Amino acid sequence: MLSIYKKEVRSFLGSLIAYIVMGVFLVLTGLFLWFVDGNSIFDLGVASLQVMFDISPYILIFLVSAITMKSISDEKRLGTLEIITTKPITDLQIILEKYFAALTLVAFTLILTSFYAYAVYNLALPVGNIDLGSMLGSYLGLFLLAACYAAIGLFSSSLTDNQIVALILSMVLSFFFFTVLGMLGDLEILDKIGRSLNWFSLEFHYNSMSRGVVDTRDLVFFLGFISVFLGGTKLVFESRKWS
Amino acid sequence: MSIKVENLTKVYGKQVAVNAINFDIPTGQVVGFLGPNGAGKSTTMKMITGYIPPTSGSGTVCGIDLVEESLEVRKIVGYLPENNPLYLDMYVKEYLEFIAGISGISGNKNIKLAVERAIEMTKLSPERHKKVGQLSKGYRQRVGLAQSLIHEPKVLILDEPTSGLDPIQVVEIRQVIKDLGKDKTVLLSTHIMQEVEAMCDRVIMISKGEIVADDLVINLTKDGKSLEETFRKLANSESHVKHI
Repeated sequence: MLSIYKKEVRSFLGSLIAYIVMGVFLVLTGLFLWFVDGNSIFDLGVASLQVMFDISPYILIFLVSAITMKSISDEKRLGTLEIITTKPITDLQIILEKYFAALTLVAFTLILTSFYAYAVYNLALPVGNIDLGSMLGSYLGLFLLAACYAAIGLFSSSLTDNQIVALILSMVLSFFFFTVLGMLGDLEILDKIGRSLNWFSLEFHYNSMSRGVVDTRDLVFFLGFISVFLGGTKLVFESRKWS
Repeated sequence: MSIKVENLTKVYGKQVAVNAINFDIPTGQVVGFLGPNGAGKSTTMKMITGYIPPTSGSGTVCGIDLVEESLEVRKIVGYLPENNPLYLDMYVKEYLEFIAGISGISGNKNIKLAVERAIEMTKLSPERHKKVGQLSKGYRQRVGLAQSLIHEPKVLILDEPTSGLDPIQVVEIRQVIKDLGKDKTVLLSTHIMQEVEAMCDRVIMISKGEIVADDLVINLTKDGKSLEETFRKLANSESHVKHI
């Protein structure tokens, strides 16, 4: 049990990817939060992590894609997929263990920013005067958003044996579902269809969560989104059996 | 019967890779699976190990159906795929522990025992603390073999286990396989005739997806002809199933 999960986590820690992802995320969000002119907490004068929650979805598109890019594509390139799929373990189990390994790394990266949250908490006047509900909602939203990116990334990785192709595909798909879908939805010519398109964009549900209200519809959307992409990955796995 | 296939067929698009082949392999036999490149050897092995399902026909391993109970079959089959794929950045022990975990062995103690046994059987001990990527080709092949037999399978399917090795390594790997064959059913594919004579009890020759010969090695070589001549004649012959 969990052998693949452990192997994946170990390979993240052994290949520097984990440290790079954590480092880059902390540095970039830190820069925007504390140092960038006009946007930083000191300029805005509001004790909130909103700036970080605004910028993180875009940083994570890149970082989560980097985490998942090799998870299946590399097994295909090496041929080891044939070994693990002929062991007494189901395709779904392989996919889920790989998925949760990526998710663990994402969760850990997000937890590291609690350091910033603590700083903001203490900066507020009086201490602790922050919108805690909104912050927790945003964290949950950010985690679920990253979980969707990870599902997209795993799916992209299953389509190719080239890590770079997987990376680019995953970034394009993530960007599309986060932002582009909403932009299309705003086009006037699409009218009603546009509004439903908007509802399918990740940004819509992410924003809804960061208000601090956890709506079951948003939760269901995120979980459904993840299931669709993991299901897609399973289909790609099974496609070797069709001819 | 350890391995039994009936009318096993695989069609890729319009190309028939394996055409309704039949064979029975009794427990404990070491069988050489011979044939030119593209004859359907690997495809047949992939079907037996459950990597791909047959287009039609059926098969069993120790009485368990290949398609219906694929997971059960995989518990008793050890498989070394062609080209011996490995994770080069893992340590030998780490890799084998990982494989033991996904082969259905549970508990740290059992995993450690299984790894020790596999290392001993394949004589990997001197290289056990190295990374797979640092090993010579011969030792990598041993890691591949260790991987396939870690869960004590009753049946071993080895796809070209000696390809790309130097003559000394070939002899060593042959010895390992021969030792394994003492208490397991082994189906191995190869291009090398001497190998079959050295290791196998029986030969199944396949050409263009069809079995052209299936007999004991002793019978094929008894009239003084070498196995190689027989093979060349059969591989080129147009006649189809021709049991000697």
